[in-house]
Amino acid sequence: MENGEIIKVSGPLVEAVNMKSARMYDVVYVGRQRLVGEVIRLRLDRASIQVYEDTSGLGPGDPVFPSGGPLAVELGPGLLTSIFDGIQRPLDLIARETGSFIRRGVNLAALPRDRRWDFTPAVRPGDKVTAGDVLGTVPETELLVHKILVPPETAGEVLEIAGGSFGLDQPVGLLRTPEGQVPLKLMHTWPVRRPRPYLEKLRPEIPLVTGQRVVDTLFPVAKGGSAAIPGPFGAGKTVFLHQVAKWADSQVIVYIGCGERGNEMADVLLEFPNLKDPRSGRPLMDRTVLIANTSNMPVAAREASIYTGITIAEYYRDMGYDVALMADSTSRWAEALREISGRMEEMPGEEGYPAYLGTRLAAFYERSGRVKCLGSRSATGSLSVVGAVSPPGGDLNDPVVQMTLRAVKVFWALDDQLAYQRHFPAINWLSSYSLYLGNLEGFLGAEVAPEWPELRRWAMGILGREAELKEIIRLIGTETLSLQERLLMDTARSLREDFLHQFAFDENDAYATLQKQYLMLKTIALFHQKSEEALSEGVPLNRILGLPVREQIVRNRYVAEDNLSHFHALEKEIVTSFEALHN
Amino acid sequence: MKSLAKEYRSVREIVGPLLLVEGVSGVTFNEIAEIILPDGSRRRGQVLELDGDRALLQVFEGTTGLNPSQTRVRFEGRPLQLGVSPDLLGRVFDGLGGPIDGGPRPIPGEYLDINGTPINPVSRDYPSEFIETGISAIDGLNSLVRGQKLPIFSGSGLPHNRLTAQICRQSRVLGQAEKFGIVFAAMGITFEEADFFIRDFRQTGAIERSVLFINLADDPAIERIATPRMALTAAEYLAFELGMHILVILTDLTNYAEALREISAARNEVPGRRGYPSYLYTDLASIFERAGRIKERPGSITQMPILSMPEDDKTHPIPDLTGYITEGQIILSRSLHQAGIYPPVDVLPSLSRLRDKGIGPGRTREDHANLASQLFASYARGREARELAVVLGEAALSEIDQAMLRFSDAFEKEFINQGESESRAVLETLDAGWRLLAGLPRSELKRIRTEILDRFLPDPNRNA
Ligand SMILES: Nc1ncnc2c1ncn2[C@@H]1O[C@H](COP(=O)(O)OP(=O)(O)OP(=O)(O)O)[C@@H](O)[C@H]1O
Ligand SMILES: [Mg+2]
Repeated sequence: MENGEIIKVSGPLVEAVNMKSARMYDVVYVGRQRLVGEVIRLRLDRASIQVYEDTSGLGPGDPVFPSGGPLAVELGPGLLTSIFDGIQRPLDLIARETGSFIRRGVNLAALPRDRRWDFTPAVRPGDKVTAGDVLGTVPETELLVHKILVPPETAGEVLEIAGGSFGLDQPVGLLRTPEGQVPLKLMHTWPVRRPRPYLEKLRPEIPLVTGQRVVDTLFPVAKGGSAAIPGPFGAGKTVFLHQVAKWADSQVIVYIGCGERGNEMADVLLEFPNLKDPRSGRPLMDRTVLIANTSNMPVAAREASIYTGITIAEYYRDMGYDVALMADSTSRWAEALREISGRMEEMPGEEGYPAYLGTRLAAFYERSGRVKCLGSRSATGSLSVVGAVSPPGGDLNDPVVQMTLRAVKVFWALDDQLAYQRHFPAINWLSSYSLYLGNLEGFLGAEVAPEWPELRRWAMGILGREAELKEIIRLIGTETLSLQERLLMDTARSLREDFLHQFAFDENDAYATLQKQYLMLKTIALFHQKSEEALSEGVPLNRILGLPVREQIVRNRYVAEDNLSHFHALEKEIVTSFEALHN
Repeated sequence: MKSLAKEYRSVREIVGPLLLVEGVSGVTFNEIAEIILPDGSRRRGQVLELDGDRALLQVFEGTTGLNPSQTRVRFEGRPLQLGVSPDLLGRVFDGLGGPIDGGPRPIPGEYLDINGTPINPVSRDYPSEFIETGISAIDGLNSLVRGQKLPIFSGSGLPHNRLTAQICRQSRVLGQAEKFGIVFAAMGITFEEADFFIRDFRQTGAIERSVLFINLADDPAIERIATPRMALTAAEYLAFELGMHILVILTDLTNYAEALREISAARNEVPGRRGYPSYLYTDLASIFERAGRIKERPGSITQMPILSMPEDDKTHPIPDLTGYITEGQIILSRSLHQAGIYPPVDVLPSLSRLRDKGIGPGRTREDHANLASQLFASYARGREARELAVVLGEAALSEIDQAMLRFSDAFEKEFINQGESESRAVLETLDAGWRLLAGLPRSELKRIRTEILDRFLPDPNRNA
């Protein structure tokens, strides 16, 4: 193929002529340093190219080399525990190669070729296989068995297959396909902008347990679901996503730092290897893939980063795993889109965003789901997607927020006033919602407790009523409240302070199982019920609220997971405390 | 290297701070050009866009007095650079790095591209060393750590300069004596303001360990785009090459953003909110992310940018985008200032995101995190009670709310308020917090673990 020639450079956007053979979304190498770029518009022989590296030093006349293929990621063992930039360049290897600062034009394979993997075949010569079938397994980390799948759009008869220790470049077998013989390897590539195929989508009906009480109890997300957490700066988006990345009951986590802080990625890198998965006791890093395109890294690669991340996530989903992906922040992705669009002088839509922002956002979230995987083993996998949104001034009318809410089913509304009181997670219980409640009640009722749905409704009722009463107090003071209403105000406060508020940095409080959440909530409900009874029997409210057992409800958060029987004792104590009131 | 001699006389257009040269070849994006006036004086420009044989330049010194037919342009084939060497210390430069203290140009050991290169996130070390500023509102509640970027959001007439100078004077890392230095970048501030800092640095002797880049209100506005990058290039050299712990003060970022807006408007770009370019976030990030610590290198860069919020509005794009990039913010409040509280730090919306890794046992004290969380919660409640009291009268408040109200008044007067030359040790700050909490019912102190309460809460009977 012929080389193109640069005629225009405007920040991350380069235009080149003599590009007749280029196709949309092809990767090209720009300039003598061969900076990676992607074709995003074609007009006759002229191509607009977004360049994934700093374009300083490029000028008209510099060459553009075609690669002949679209932007794609490498998929195979070695993804877990790694950190990549927005176009899957391995940042840890780059640091080893070029030092603490990222130099341009570094060309390193995403997955290391010198590393060897122990492959155990699951098929035999003569077996007929189709896309999605398991060829064999590789123990990728101590937490995860990597299934080597027949790549999508591939099928045939296994001619050869061997177990043993292999590098990613080495064939482990041979497949006869209608197009001829193809070597079987431990890795393959897949274009990031194309969703990976599956057999069918299934109804999401199992909760993704995050260990965060306000989420799991009040606004749960399903495995395979999608959720957004918009909020102003400092409201707690990142800490929340980190919490989900740490504690969610997924087998694989893909965390995308898209246009955010370098230190936040360093935080994950330094912390996750030392944190233990609460279920297996293994380091959390063993199930994690990181994509980091921080705010000071090239803008165009920020645009690509969420596609790189979600393609990797789909790959693990296809093995039949539950995968959760976090993107922090999708607003920075949208801004990258806007910047490139502006430089191409496209017609701006709302707030300068291109008209296709909404469709791109919806298409991204649509890649989430619980699916029946390809292949003959009828496996199911799920990909849950949680996106942070950072609207200007925290204003929810922002187009990125509004378009996101059209695409996702859970909305966690961060509230700056709560953050100012350091009530974390600062998720507002009045404006948030989950559209999965109906789907999940069956599971929660069966797995946790039959009265779970009812208990949740009770809690939401108290919190809603509190808001109404607060309005009244603001106008005319507390005087007019009935005793029952005062009790309700107190119970609501207990719900907020002793249940919804959760310290991310406390060893015992950072994570709560569904069982613990249920028991905590139940003691508050029990206390409330007993209080109502006592009130109706004429016991003074201050005697009820002065019961020492309340002090224990306050400390419920610190009860260790292996000591949940404590709650049964506490329930008894509540009952006897109230009995004593009557004497 | 390209032939140095080639000069173009083909300036076609001058718009605002921009200059369009035609018929150029071999010019590259972001490179620097020398613009030569008929009288032989020179200005510097930077390539913003290349289209065919046309190059668009921004002129740092402005275009006043330029004439298309009499101006010559020579491209230098390199980005804007700063010559660095240990001799930078103790010197004062203009916004483009030229000496203005009467001294000679320092002999550079090497020239560095002022745009820097991004730190690989893998190479970052997480900042976790507590800096004691001696200021309770910061140390106690929104602690600063080494390598953090923590801006001050202020407004006209508020004492941000006094506070910043106090922080420069008092800051120390507990139990350590290390190479400490200040890089100061002024962008469009007044002579008086700059002079206030310079005097303070002289008085304390800090000037010997400082590098100053000064662009004043009457200096060319476009130069301000280069000034913070000059300063951060110097800081990176001092921190990561010489191993110094550098505090970078950038003031005032609002003037910086306005210079950027001027360029954007002259380029006819689709304006973003309030006319600022839509890439303001990315541009500010390219400044603020140049802070931190790097693994296996001894030094650090701590940034304290100052910005004035137009109309005291935190949602204005400049503070808003800054807050989205930095690791917290210290917000000054006009009402506290009017009430005579110094420093008038509005602690509730203020935040230090790196606090939790910098405090606690072995760093400050084990009660620090719980205590701070409780002070925030109780003060927030007290302020709510104060609002209620305004409408309904204090008598209408519940007993608890009245206690909260008393607490928050005392908190402002005794905890936040302190002298401009008073440096409180962090443990003193924590003890002051406990004394205030002792006035509240113990059952209200839900944010504090029982063991900590038992150990640290002063006995209320003692006060009685
Ligand atoms: N669950 C939590 N527990 C304790 N502290 C929290 C929690 N969530 C947030 N915080 C505090 O709030 C600070 C800000 O949170 P975070 O960095 O997540 O905000 P953000 O919404 O991501 O902001 P930005 O949009 O600027 O990135 C944290 O540094 C931490 O101090
Ligand atoms: Mg964040």
